[in-house]
Amino acid sequence: MGLTFRGGIHPLHREAEGKASTSGIPIKEMTPPAIVRIPLAQNLGKPPVPCVNAGDRVRMGQKIADADGFMSVPLHSSVSGTVLGIEQIPGLSGKPETAIVIENDFTDEKDYMQPRDYRTMEPHEIVAAIQEGGIVGMGGAAFPTHVKLSVPPQKKVDLLIINGAECEPFLTADQRLMIERPDVVLYGTQVMMQALGVKRALIGIEDNKPDAIAVMSRAAEKVRNIRVKAVQTKYPQGYEKTLIYALTGRKVPAGGLPMDAQVVVVNAASAAAVADLFQNGEPSIQRITTVTGAVEQPCNILLRIGTSIQDAIHATGSYSATPMKIISGGPMMGKILPTIECPVTKSTSGILTLDSHFTELAKETKCIRCSRCLTVCPMFLEPVLLMDATVADDFETAEGNHAMDCMSCGSCSYICPANRPLAQSIAFAKSKIQAKRLLEKQKKEAAE
Amino acid sequence: MTIPEQDFERGLLLSPSPHIRTQTTTQSIMRDVLIALLPACIAGVVFFGPGTLLTMALAIASAIGCEALFEKCAGREITVNDLSAVVTGLLLALNLPPETPWFVPVVGSAFAIIIVKQFFGGIGQNFVNPALAARCFLLISFPVIMTSYYAPFAGPDAMTSPTPLAALSNPEVPIAGNWDLFIGNVGGCIGETSALALLIGWAYLLFRKVITFVIPAVYMGTVALFTLLLGQPEMVLFNLFAGGLMIGAIFMATDYVSAPMNTAAQCIYAVGCGVITMVIRYWGGYPEGVSFSILFMNLTAPLLDKAFKRKVFGEVPSVSD
Repeated sequence: MGLTFRGGIHPLHREAEGKASTSGIPIKEMTPPAIVRIPLAQNLGKPPVPCVNAGDRVRMGQKIADADGFMSVPLHSSVSGTVLGIEQIPGLSGKPETAIVIENDFTDEKDYMQPRDYRTMEPHEIVAAIQEGGIVGMGGAAFPTHVKLSVPPQKKVDLLIINGAECEPFLTADQRLMIERPDVVLYGTQVMMQALGVKRALIGIEDNKPDAIAVMSRAAEKVRNIRVKAVQTKYPQGYEKTLIYALTGRKVPAGGLPMDAQVVVVNAASAAAVADLFQNGEPSIQRITTVTGAVEQPCNILLRIGTSIQDAIHATGSYSATPMKIISGGPMMGKILPTIECPVTKSTSGILTLDSHFTELAKETKCIRCSRCLTVCPMFLEPVLLMDATVADDFETAEGNHAMDCMSCGSCSYICPANRPLAQSIAFAKSKIQAKRLLEKQKKEAAE
Repeated sequence: MTIPEQDFERGLLLSPSPHIRTQTTTQSIMRDVLIALLPACIAGVVFFGPGTLLTMALAIASAIGCEALFEKCAGREITVNDLSAVVTGLLLALNLPPETPWFVPVVGSAFAIIIVKQFFGGIGQNFVNPALAARCFLLISFPVIMTSYYAPFAGPDAMTSPTPLAALSNPEVPIAGNWDLFIGNVGGCIGETSALALLIGWAYLLFRKVITFVIPAVYMGTVALFTLLLGQPEMVLFNLFAGGLMIGAIFMATDYVSAPMNTAAQCIYAVGCGVITMVIRYWGGYPEGVSFSILFMNLTAPLLDKAFKRKVFGEVPSVSD
């Protein structure tokens, strides 16, 4: 048994985690679409501010929106062409969102940045360049990478972890990336090690990807201080806190950040994006996405940010069964898509179409106190109690029982034999607690 | 095959994650428990004759009937399909002497399902194990019937024979051989005598991950340790295999609803079960203490869960609530 953490689940373990249909197929580059719609809000934090207008001609890689403060990253055009406008388009949440719509002229005329040698750069220059490149966490959370790399002076970091766990079932985008471009992932890792001033980096890969482990290990032999480690195939191995624990035995304090355990964790795809930025001057304008599930030819495709989900699915053929759910990301934490018109963003790690086989609406029954939800919770919470408190509208009890330490991995809902919506209830409690905290903060500020 | 998007776009389901779930359901768990009890049922039939099948059938039928009837009258959803009533009925039957009048399993199951389970809210709400509570109810109501055991292969017309545990308080009763105790060739309740059959059931439950090893192992370990502390190392296997310890530790004390959920609380709970069992066996008025010990510890389960809460991952020691 490999390095691991306590708790967790192993979904679809009899079906090779749903990954077999795409893990062996080389990444295909998708023909860019005629129109891209690039949503502004693609990073956690503040959305950037558009700096182009309707009618402007833009080139591929040209900046089209400026970062709005530190917790924000700029946007770049993923095609060359003409800005049609700044419009409201269907968003992931179901509400409309603002996007810059660009008509592709198919010339791919580039306006990339200057490639730079990170070895001659100061850490703060590297961090600034990464922000300017618009790089965010590409595993799904979209946390701005430069913020992760900005360690406050009172905190010390001695280790960089590259997250190649890819623990979500069905997704193989990071696996293919590591197999096909190991040197790129390693280069990005070195850039970020320089930015952090750390001497050591670990790359954690789940042991259901022996091909990626072998290729990355061989490539890492040439590089000093970067080691590849296999971690046990178990969900949510790719969550920061569990991955840090599995690789180092360090526990991130409850409510704390990885840097409180002297670690920074960056997704493998983000590391590759950093490398592309420094080696080629290419900002974050395309990504590898796994398109799988009920489609004719499941595969990984390299596509431009702003491509519609519909176009991405059609690039792999058509549907193989009537889809009941289309998900952005994996089946455990992925967001459901209200419509296939939604665009691909920097954090779309997968497009998963599920047919009726996966979407039977099982009935919720009574809790039998089997304690499976306690056993699987990687944060050692008691999901059943949190749900009971939520159902009773008692959010104080939920808060006292550490609802805010829940990271919504969904393991409890997955395992519940009574099919109770545990994780969903806790997510609701979290939103209530957050709202209450915000209100208290505002009251306090008003009083001062 | 091409499926036009206008055919399904409006029908796309919206739901929060996670979007996949395990195949395990309450029903499949109960089915696994029934499968795990099968060896004990077979042992009961082999040692005490086919008449025991009737007791099992009556207890199960009564449990299902009472559950359906009560839920219908109370306007609740009928939940007999979850098989939990079947498990309760079968467990009760396995805890009855081989030859009982027909009304004993029927009344016992009715008590278990209506009074202990449904009065408190149905599945998941009973504060003690229904089958055990029913067994104690029967023991108090029909003390003679409930303590009339006969030796294996003897048939109900034979003289009643004491259970092996009587040897602990009555020096005239010979101590049964460990081999007979292990395979179940001794007097006792239908399903409790064969340690071998029950251990096979335990192995199946562990394999299917229905229960963990914690409660049974700590319970049995406590009994073994207690026997050693009494200075009777030769009695360790006797105390483990005799009476209702195996069926109690493996199938009764592990009842999800009435046992604690946290591992630490489960350990304390199982130690309590073991100690009380031994105290009753050696110094109590009844020859066997498994049922009472588990019922008593059931009552402490909610408190134990509160008192032995586990620490959240990465919880800072100085922060307490």
